[in-house]
Amino acid sequence: MKNILGRELPDYIEGYGKIEPFMGAFNNTGIKERKSVKVSSVTPGEEKVLASIEEALDKVQIKDGMTISFHHHLRNGDFVLNMVLEAIAKKGIKDITVAASSIFPVHGPMVEHMRNGVVTGVVANYMSGPVAEAISRGELKKPAIMQTHGGRPRAIESGDLHIDVAFVAAPTADTYGNINGVGGKSACGALGYAVSDAEFADKTVAITDNLVPYPACPIEISQIYVDYVVQVESIGDPKGIVSGTTKITKDPVGLKIAKMATEVIKASGLVKDGMSFQTGAGGTSLAVAAELKEVMKKEGVVGSFAAGGVTGYIVDMFEEGLFQNIFDVQCFDLQAVESYKKNLRHQPMSASMYGNPHNKGAVVNHLDIMILGATEIDTDFNVNVTTGSSGVIMGGSGGHSDTAAGAKLAIIVTNLMKARLPIIKDRVTTVTTPGESVDVIVTERGIAVNPRRTDLLEKLSNTNLPVMTIEELKNMAEKITGKPNTIHTSDDIVAVVEYRDGTVIDVVKKIK
Amino acid sequence: MKLDKDSIWTALNKESGGIKVKISKVAKAGTLESNDILVMVMPNDNDTVELELESIVMQQFGDVIRKVVLEKVKEMGIESITIKAQDKGALDYTISARVETAIKRALA
Amino acid sequence: MPGNNPGMLQNAGILGADSIILDLEDAVSLTEKDSARVLVREAIKNVDYSNVEVIVRINPLDTEFGAEDINVIARVKPDTILVPKADEAQIKQVDEMLNKIEAEEGIEAGAIKLIALIETAYGLETIYDVIRVSKRVVGVLLGGEDLTSDLGVKRTKEGEEIFYARNRVVAACKAMKIDAIDTPFTDTNDYEGLAKDAAKAKSLGMTGKSAINPRQIDTIHSVYAPTEAEIKHALRVLDAMEEAKREGKGVFSLDGKMVDAPIINRATTTVELAKILGLIR
Repeated sequence: MKNILGRELPDYIEGYGKIEPFMGAFNNTGIKERKSVKVSSVTPGEEKVLASIEEALDKVQIKDGMTISFHHHLRNGDFVLNMVLEAIAKKGIKDITVAASSIFPVHGPMVEHMRNGVVTGVVANYMSGPVAEAISRGELKKPAIMQTHGGRPRAIESGDLHIDVAFVAAPTADTYGNINGVGGKSACGALGYAVSDAEFADKTVAITDNLVPYPACPIEISQIYVDYVVQVESIGDPKGIVSGTTKITKDPVGLKIAKMATEVIKASGLVKDGMSFQTGAGGTSLAVAAELKEVMKKEGVVGSFAAGGVTGYIVDMFEEGLFQNIFDVQCFDLQAVESYKKNLRHQPMSASMYGNPHNKGAVVNHLDIMILGATEIDTDFNVNVTTGSSGVIMGGSGGHSDTAAGAKLAIIVTNLMKARLPIIKDRVTTVTTPGESVDVIVTERGIAVNPRRTDLLEKLSNTNLPVMTIEELKNMAEKITGKPNTIHTSDDIVAVVEYRDGTVIDVVKKIK
Repeated sequence: MKLDKDSIWTALNKESGGIKVKISKVAKAGTLESNDILVMVMPNDNDTVELELESIVMQQFGDVIRKVVLEKVKEMGIESITIKAQDKGALDYTISARVETAIKRALA
Repeated sequence: MPGNNPGMLQNAGILGADSIILDLEDAVSLTEKDSARVLVREAIKNVDYSNVEVIVRINPLDTEFGAEDINVIARVKPDTILVPKADEAQIKQVDEMLNKIEAEEGIEAGAIKLIALIETAYGLETIYDVIRVSKRVVGVLLGGEDLTSDLGVKRTKEGEEIFYARNRVVAACKAMKIDAIDTPFTDTNDYEGLAKDAAKAKSLGMTGKSAINPRQIDTIHSVYAPTEAEIKHALRVLDAMEEAKREGKGVFSLDGKMVDAPIINRATTTVELAKILGLIR
């Protein structure tokens, strides 16, 4: 069958189940249910602190076929996922599904577990490094499931993704399981991606390298959701924890793109008091934030909130009074962690509050301006941030689809060509975000506006910006680079790409 | 007729139906920087044009890159040469320029 | 930008500069001169630089590279050739070589222009002759770094040491009605210093400034940008001129003052500059 974007999908996939095809960004809404959770009540006198991960595995009665979950707040400095998998493998357990909100190069050891049948399923919002490459080569028994930052809590809360045991890496935990991310040597700030896991898993185990006496303060994840607490030497490498940030690009082409994107934002009329803004952590996206900061300062505009993945650049804007609030789902650097700790209006948001399309209203619904990247874009404005030019998984939506769906103005900033490869194609290798959510593409040589946005087209026609059709942009690139051959993949499906509402927007095929 | 190197070259090539030019030494041109191509040329005894190509965009442009390299070699009248090229996304004109420079250096 | 860097050559035209200099001289090492020459030749033939003026800085004619540079590059018709260490003899020689090559290649005679890079004391003192010896010379670029070296003085941000040179260049250029382009400001992180320097040069009569990094382009443009008031006034002058033409009046006034040729010229230049800078459509 084909979904409405024309992507070819089977009706059923072994290891995944029946396919619900994507039918539109807001097609699957209405009354949704939150699943009920079986809770083991804890009475006075019971202790939660265990001696080791091994003891925790015994206590939670880890079995073949279970689904375990992890958050990615420790990013490429995480030790916890590897430690838990090693302990599980030692016990001879097999057929585990790892539901990690993101997987990084540091999780390379998982490839061995995949080859040995310890791990046979993966659910993630973002993957890069050896695990992603192994999955692209077909080394995972079941197709991986790629979700979004908002779709994952949706799946967890509805019961679509059942978690047997949630392992929550906790920079600080007290002896009764209260968790925060701001204290301790492995401090990472907000813990937005751990919240739904802790609340809806059958069992929740906090793993900490900073066990404090009861009660911890502040409390981000409450003791009422945590079954056990395990103390380890170290949950992660601080240098790797804040590896998610980049600096503002110095590349003149990137800077030009940022300037042009800022002109688009200005022309849109959205720069006014009460505005809201979010940007990715890439070099060019941060450059846009820097340009927008100057515009807001010059025009004396005060925004209502900035959201994200928060970097020091956003904190600077907030502390200079350009935004009244920050909604933070994860901190990318130490400056963000510090601000999160001390500024009252630098507030947490869980991944569900951030982007779950099936709750009573997520933060993305209020977003005015969103700056995003892309690996590939097609002439229908569909965007790929999941696979690279060779078909290998090297990313995933993260918050891409969620923010694009919610934002009033979703702008993709990208070079027109990356090392001879045009970014704009007839057909993307994988659809991550549907074209209906994407409003403007800004490249250094031209700007394309989604034809649905006649309002924007009119506003931009009053500027000097080089607005053209997306076909014209594509042809411009191909004139410079030549027309690339299409990549051929095999027919085997290695990953299912779910839209934020749980429908299937595309599949990833095994690379040849 | 113009009396510069290139013109004499082209003229001789045309008039003799392609002189069999042999390069006498190893030479290279270009770099491994983004958008460039590192071209190394060596003489060989086989009377063949051999091309070993590595490229970051092999699947998408490998055939085009080969074509450009071989066309340049032919244009310069070279029938016996071994070329090793490492491409980092160079456009056609850059590939052409680097091959030309490498060959000229190998003839100097 | 360095002529041997394909990445830079590809993007040169879209970074906002009005003219770009593809360099075969100081930005290219001795062992790569041949490589750069071929690459620049191919870039000019294949890259679409649209409305940006393409200038190639050749090596001086008294080096082993200069003549071959002209021989190869002129044949692909760059807009302009920048002649380093320019003096009357060199410009004359280049002019003659170009005459020959244009004829051989069927290029319109005189199409390839020259900019004289004044960066020696001798070139500075004989500047009037340097410009006059060839009709191709459309501008002078002041090379402050090499010039101060030749003068045996220190090059500073304040620029006192090149004060005379700037004035001399401006006077000679205005006398011959060509562009006077100021020397670059070498601290690429100091935008305030750059603005001050460009403003100073502008106040002395320099009609443009060279940038050594794309980051500097916006600052330079804003220094040279006419103010909103200046643009408004210029548009009014031109409108009044059109109206006067329609009414068959030869002479007209605006706001009670007579509008003569210099005012019209200034207004025309202002409007053109405003259009180039995207300040009006």
